[in-house]
Amino acid sequence: MNTTLVKMENITKKFPGVLALDNVSFNLRSGEVHALLGENGAGKSTLMKVLSGVHVPNNGRIIFEGKEVVFDTPISAQEKGIAIIHQEFNLFPELSVADNIFIGREFRAGNKWVLDEHAQVEGAKKILDRLNLDINPNTLVETLSVAQQQMVEIAKALSINAKVLIMDEPTAALTESEIESLFDVTNMLKSQGVGIVYISHRLEELAKIADRATVMRDGCFIGTVDYASSSIDELITMMVGRDLGDIFPKRANKPSDEIVLEVKNLNRKGVLKDINFSLHRGEILGFAGLMGAGRTEVARAIFGADSIDSGQVILFGQEVKIKNVHDAINRGIGYLTEDRKKEGLALGLSVNVNTMLSSYDEYSNKFGVIDEQKCINISQELKEKLRIKTPDLDQLAGNLSGGNQQKIIIAKWLCKDTEILIFDEPTRGIDVGAKLEIYELINQLTVQGKSIIVISSELPEVLGLCDRILVMRNGKITGELEAERATQENIMKYATLEG
Amino acid sequence: MTTNTKNISEVEISTLPKGKILNKELLMKFAPLISLVLLMIFFSFGTPYFLNTSNLLTVALQTSVIGIMAIGVTYVIITSGIDLSLGSVMAFSGVAVGLAASIGLPLWMCVITGALAGLLCGCLSGFLVTRGAIPPFIATLGLMMSVRGINLVLTDGRALYFQDYPTLRFISQGSLFDFIPYPVIYLTVIALISAYVLKRTVIGRYIYAVGSSEEAAHLSGIKVDKVKMFVYSFCGLLTGIAGVILTSRLNSGQPTVGVGYELEAIAAVIIGGTSLMGGIGTIGGTIIGAFIMGILKNGLNLMGVSQFWQMVAMGIVVIAAVYLDTLRKKMK
Repeated sequence: MNTTLVKMENITKKFPGVLALDNVSFNLRSGEVHALLGENGAGKSTLMKVLSGVHVPNNGRIIFEGKEVVFDTPISAQEKGIAIIHQEFNLFPELSVADNIFIGREFRAGNKWVLDEHAQVEGAKKILDRLNLDINPNTLVETLSVAQQQMVEIAKALSINAKVLIMDEPTAALTESEIESLFDVTNMLKSQGVGIVYISHRLEELAKIADRATVMRDGCFIGTVDYASSSIDELITMMVGRDLGDIFPKRANKPSDEIVLEVKNLNRKGVLKDINFSLHRGEILGFAGLMGAGRTEVARAIFGADSIDSGQVILFGQEVKIKNVHDAINRGIGYLTEDRKKEGLALGLSVNVNTMLSSYDEYSNKFGVIDEQKCINISQELKEKLRIKTPDLDQLAGNLSGGNQQKIIIAKWLCKDTEILIFDEPTRGIDVGAKLEIYELINQLTVQGKSIIVISSELPEVLGLCDRILVMRNGKITGELEAERATQENIMKYATLEG
Repeated sequence: MTTNTKNISEVEISTLPKGKILNKELLMKFAPLISLVLLMIFFSFGTPYFLNTSNLLTVALQTSVIGIMAIGVTYVIITSGIDLSLGSVMAFSGVAVGLAASIGLPLWMCVITGALAGLLCGCLSGFLVTRGAIPPFIATLGLMMSVRGINLVLTDGRALYFQDYPTLRFISQGSLFDFIPYPVIYLTVIALISAYVLKRTVIGRYIYAVGSSEEAAHLSGIKVDKVKMFVYSFCGLLTGIAGVILTSRLNSGQPTVGVGYELEAIAAVIIGGTSLMGGIGTIGGTIIGAFIMGILKNGLNLMGVSQFWQMVAMGIVVIAAVYLDTLRKKMK
């Protein structure tokens, strides 16, 4: 017990455009829960992907149970007993729990070609029992709750006799009681000598379970500390590396009294309930809350991407019916999605085309022939203004880094002269330097009279950037706070408490 | 902190591909054209009958029908759709010309009826794909079968002839200055217009955007359904036109003609470098693809290779073209 299980030394990993890990060291003991902390883009997930064989580091070595090992495929790591549960589950929804647990390592009947389903179900039962779980191995995974699916992932890890279990944001989608049972399972594994790496943003929650914590920032190792003897403030300072005041630009202007958008009693069955709020010109309005609280759904409803059952939308003083996305855009609303790669950009097309994508109608003649020169001039101008780092405008959007991709999307809406911009997780997956630029840009936009909604799961971001914060829970707005008086604690209170 | 940011940006710029400079990339980009030229050189040495104006014009003539259809289906494939109904629709167009003739419409109206018959089928595919949300493969597979059936029902399984329309055959058998066959001119004009629309107009840009990321296109305010409707209708129209040309060449409306033409057209598109995943492709590439197939057929014929072996060769060319494409992607 408590011997060193894994030692990662001087790990460096480069991707095109980003130095993701810069000389990082990390060690894990058996029978401990080791929290891995850091902001988005700090390199936590990349480090764990190195440990689980997904990425091969450019430099550095991994010592497992005293011997140097090379994990160049996920399978080679798995064979040594390293299991990872990604934030996005790797499950097959249409297959049964037992099938999922043993996928790739199926039980076979004598002749090696036929599945031994009976043995699989029995094996699955044993593992589920060990986890104290009441799940029938024959159930299809798609019928399980998120928490149960996560347990199936853990069962899968146990079935390979995992000595190291890596969990990436395991509680992001769980309710309080589900978190409790996850912790029970975690403690049990711990007592069996499994080393657990636990990636999470929720520092309070970690206090209940973590033994030690390693903090990373901007791809660098900052330090490893005992969890019990460090305060949350200390950890935050290590993660952020500076006071909050430094990363967030001073708000350059005050919101005006003019209301540009007012939403009254917006309802969408089972998703949104009685949403009321207003947005002022030049304001940055934050939407906080846990995953699945309905923030993105509010944005999509206003943007015409989802239909609504009832409610009024008053835009620039006039009640409007937003029929579809096209309509919303023409009325001056722009939406920057959380998932830039899938929904925000056409990755296979150029920076120029992505910038102009919503505005071609205005830069073409009545036969629909595009004025290419004008388009290039405008994208060039926006590229310089937003400092998009790209060798040329013909570069494919998919080749740029997250921060620059986000800037292209901002450029797209500026090109359309959009009045109201809705940012959904504006800095997810963006490295810290670029984050600052995005914050500065958002701030500048308000100076130009744009009005901004920011949806973010990162509390410091909401607190540091916004004028006013709305908190959502279960499809309802549960609290409204002036940013100056808001704290992480009272936001979390509104985000998690019943009522 | 500041130094770190700087490092990142330096890495960023230096590791990005520098667009048009890489020679290898350029080579891959022109792989279809280079293959075409190599093929022509090969046949020039392989058979004395290949490299002369009259044979090359014959190739062009034979390629024009498939070429016109391939242009239409290029649009569809760039949106990451597919159209399997082309062969049946083309025959439907011929049947429509024949039926129009049988009620005594003037020739020009018969021709327009044929083209519109294609357009109608294209609209139907578009409607099924957008409103019905049926996957394009299934929707057009269904149409391929049903339309073929309708052709047979309408004609009772027999060919329709055009005794009263002696000028019909000039549509395909005439030639400009007694030199360039008309179908080659149709192909050229359609290719130029289609390439222009794809490259220079808003709808063209939207076609690429929808194929590259449908969701991003939707959230950028592009009416994705309209774009899809347009590409399937356009493809149907071109197929209708191809059908009229073929009808003129056969001087009859054949309900059973064109079986497998859709696959030849799709093969030409793929050989020309258009990606089945959508977002990538050019009309120029498709024309080259169609000519690679046409020249291969013609050259092998002249060299006395049997029909059966020709089919084997065609299949290999399609696979080789896609393999080249995956190589190109790996290089990036």
